[in-house]
Amino acid sequence: MSAVSVLLARETALAWGKGGGPMVAVGFYAGVATLLPLAVGSEPERLAAIAPGAAWVALALAALLSLDRLFERDYEDGALDLLTLSPVPLEIICAVKCLAQWLATGLPLACAAPVAAIALGASPQLSGLVIACALLGGLAFSFMGGIGAALSLGARRGGLLTAVIVLPLFVPPVIFGGGALASLEAGLPWKAGFALLGAYGAAAVALGPIAMAAACRNALS
Amino acid sequence: MISEVSIQSLALSRGGRQLFSRLILRLGAGEAVALTGRNGAGKTSLLRAIAGLIAPDEGVIAFGDIDPTEAREAMHLLGHLDGLKSSRTARDELSFWTGFAGGADSAVEAAAARLELLPLLELEVRRLSAGQRRRLALARLLAAPRPLWLLDEPLSPLDAEWRTRFGEIMGEHLATGGMILAAVHDPLPLAARTVEIGR
Repeated sequence: MSAVSVLLARETALAWGKGGGPMVAVGFYAGVATLLPLAVGSEPERLAAIAPGAAWVALALAALLSLDRLFERDYEDGALDLLTLSPVPLEIICAVKCLAQWLATGLPLACAAPVAAIALGASPQLSGLVIACALLGGLAFSFMGGIGAALSLGARRGGLLTAVIVLPLFVPPVIFGGGALASLEAGLPWKAGFALLGAYGAAAVALGPIAMAAACRNALS
Repeated sequence: MISEVSIQSLALSRGGRQLFSRLILRLGAGEAVALTGRNGAGKTSLLRAIAGLIAPDEGVIAFGDIDPTEAREAMHLLGHLDGLKSSRTARDELSFWTGFAGGADSAVEAAAARLELLPLLELEVRRLSAGQRRRLALARLLAAPRPLWLLDEPLSPLDAEWRTRFGEIMGEHLATGGMILAAVHDPLPLAARTVEIGR
């Protein structure tokens, strides 16, 4: 198990490291959240109506940012070859990489999400659910996004390809999370949407690594 | 732990082109084999096939009675892609690969000392010369002992002195029952059987 812990430590250090990581993701998130009112108009009522959804879509986009670096770096410098020569199954290695990516971008984004939502005019009572949704949704974004990142290994302009593969996979969590937030704001039952988001996150964590490992093996062979 | 590699009538192809077929090779404990052959003959591909990264067209790669998936944790692969992250320090990278390959933390210093990397450990990998970088990659093999070394052009960035010293290191590895399979253009600095790849 120590191999897994050293891998997690290194992956997190790499994800937090220079030229990317949490500051870029949060900065991008803040940028998108600021652009939105400029585009749709800044009347408070209109903004407040779309605030939770807008914060949520911006979150999905920000989660995309660092995905292309998830496997590409290790693929290019040969580290992925060496990672396969270990007692740790490739599926676990992929899961650890996604977990580290979530720690470095998902967690900071979840902390920034309620700030962006409130700035757009969402009611502060939503904050708890916004954070919970962002944490769970971020997990789904990382693990589903990893599939796209692994599939586009070796492709030129892989980052763009990753986005095209991954965005459809982001549809369910955006619907469930956005639905839960909208329901809570309207005073309707929100638990069903949140539970579905949790289920999607759990499925992503369980099935994503299998698909990622298969895609990595294919890219290496 | 594995103590033999036996390859039976192996055929490999890359990109729809067959590199070689009916390759037979046996490597026992304490043996070194130098793989030679022209560029593109399939030396690197053979090493990657042994490491389980490429599936052969036909033939068998066996490691005695050890299961191939288990055998993979008993081998080191060293190629021109060394897996070292240029933005991290030499120490970070060496201790990561050592820990990940199951080596002890204390072995990191010893291996670095052996390859005269101690003054370089706090530098980012990008600051190292090609030869120093290769020595860092080699330190990994010493810090986390594994019986089978698959080396792809291990000598190329090393100077004459370090080629000799790497020869000594390989000799010690063989003396402890290790196995070395090295793709080379220049002769290995130790006694080794030569196998030419390619039709």
